[in-house]
Amino acid sequence: MANATGMEIERLKETAKAIRRLIITITTEAGSGHPTSSLSAVEVVTALYFGGFLRHHKENPRDPLRDRFILSKGHAVPVLYSALCQAGYYSVDEIRTLRKLGSPFEGHPNMKRLETMEASTGSLGQGLSLGVGHALGCRLDGIDAHTYVMLGDGEMGEGQVWEAVASAEKYRLSNLTAIVDQNGFQQTGSTKDVLDLKPFAPKFEAFGWHTQVIDGNSMESVVSALETVKSVTDRPTAIISQTKKGFGILPILEAAGDLNYHGKPLSHELAQQALSLLS
Amino acid sequence: MAIGEAAGLKLGKASRDAFGAALKELGNEFPKFVTVDGDVGNSTRTEVFAKAFPDRAFNVGIAESNMVGVASGLASAGKIPVVSSFAVFLLANAFDQIRMCVAYPEVNVKLVGSHAGISIGEDGASQMGIEDVSLACSLPGMTVIVPADATSTRKATRAMLEHVGPVYLRCGRIELPEIYQADSPFVIGKANTVKEGDDVTIIANGLMVGVALDAAAQLAKGGTSARVVDMHTVKPLDEATILRAAEETGRIVVAEEHLMTGGLGAAVAATVARTRPVPIEFVNLGDRYAESGDPQGLLQKYGLTAEAIVAAVEKVKRR
Repeated sequence: MANATGMEIERLKETAKAIRRLIITITTEAGSGHPTSSLSAVEVVTALYFGGFLRHHKENPRDPLRDRFILSKGHAVPVLYSALCQAGYYSVDEIRTLRKLGSPFEGHPNMKRLETMEASTGSLGQGLSLGVGHALGCRLDGIDAHTYVMLGDGEMGEGQVWEAVASAEKYRLSNLTAIVDQNGFQQTGSTKDVLDLKPFAPKFEAFGWHTQVIDGNSMESVVSALETVKSVTDRPTAIISQTKKGFGILPILEAAGDLNYHGKPLSHELAQQALSLLS
Repeated sequence: MAIGEAAGLKLGKASRDAFGAALKELGNEFPKFVTVDGDVGNSTRTEVFAKAFPDRAFNVGIAESNMVGVASGLASAGKIPVVSSFAVFLLANAFDQIRMCVAYPEVNVKLVGSHAGISIGEDGASQMGIEDVSLACSLPGMTVIVPADATSTRKATRAMLEHVGPVYLRCGRIELPEIYQADSPFVIGKANTVKEGDDVTIIANGLMVGVALDAAAQLAKGGTSARVVDMHTVKPLDEATILRAAEETGRIVVAEEHLMTGGLGAAVAATVARTRPVPIEFVNLGDRYAESGDPQGLLQKYGLTAEAIVAAVEKVKRR
């Protein structure tokens, strides 16, 4: 979406809202899951899938020429299922089976059961290595495909992430973009208290990456950041996407007295409130 | 006395050397495979391939976890990555990555662990892969191959590339006796009976196949006819060959350069217990780490010898 118009941004914002509603609906029906970790990432995922940044093919999800999106923070997979539903890959009824026995919409992405999943994730810290492999493989075949990997700020504590950062720089993978969804929380509390790895941008820069720091819940900022990615032709790009966990339903989380709200779904009552807020 | 000498075998190449040579030989025939290394390519011998095909060889540095993840991504992009390091650094260091990025999604990654067993010698226990087979076998869907000589390692390398799905191939550092001919069969999951016999079956793999043939030569002098089976594939296990051995020889000894837990012995025992319970004895490292020392001395000290197999055969005959 080069030079997105105001109208296009408005359309993306409406889509983001619909995706948020789906996230609330399916996690509350599942009775488990990670709605707030999903909600922080909505603008980025929406822009990728609906802003023309990620080449994807509904008829042939594993088309070798596709761009890749790897969700390293696999617990946020409701955002991905909901985006794919919104894009017409799945019906609402299908993704409503989230986490239920027999459903391919598992609690974390499973590439063996859903061909739209580029990776099976859920053990944190591994997604960027997979992205390096995809990017190397595409380059070997002369395929002009871009790989985007979304990581959580909590999982940046895994040493493997920095191994992957170093290897992506070694191979000058300009067809790879890491997006850190920096929502400030991890399982037991604020990332500041658990393991403060900030600031991320200078660390990526020190490893030789091109970096951008953006407001990841502003559609304008996200679109503008993604627009610049492909102009960086000599190294990988990191987008530090500063977000709020649970963005879109913050007043509800505040009233509930828990801005982290990690790994639990909204009650049916809170979900109703959330859906009205997002209507 | 060198391994295989009592059985009249000539020493050949180490399995790691055969693996490296095979990769180079197969490079043009299998244009899709690439190597991913953790900076030990001169030890694992992938450097032989890397020199011939530099564009298809990636050294990601001393970072095994990332190495396995990168390989998985390459496989998803349609390549056949051959990932190698020392067996212990590959399987033990990157176990979760192998589980999450290779076994669970069942992607087409080939894992090759060199420097397996105590026969690597002087570097000591930190470098010795003695739990690798157990770790690999514990993963659903993983094929686990432990070849016994250079010729079968070359064939195993080809079979591994032809096979679709995750494979672990175990290689060692020391020279092995040549057991096979160029036209000998090698089929994943199908054991080779390398010596016929009626009184007892010695089931072995890797370096211990040569040792078992030495033991069989010694046993023959005492009038005991031992069958020797090369169970080069630990998973999937050739249960038919094991059942036939139990039925026809009534006694089994399992020999491997690995811990007791989760290795070939445990796999054979589980099969025998379920199909045709007969007495079994084991020759392996038991439940202990080894130490630094020369390879032959270590094999002696830790009981991986023809004498140990003969003693196990005598024991199993008395039961």
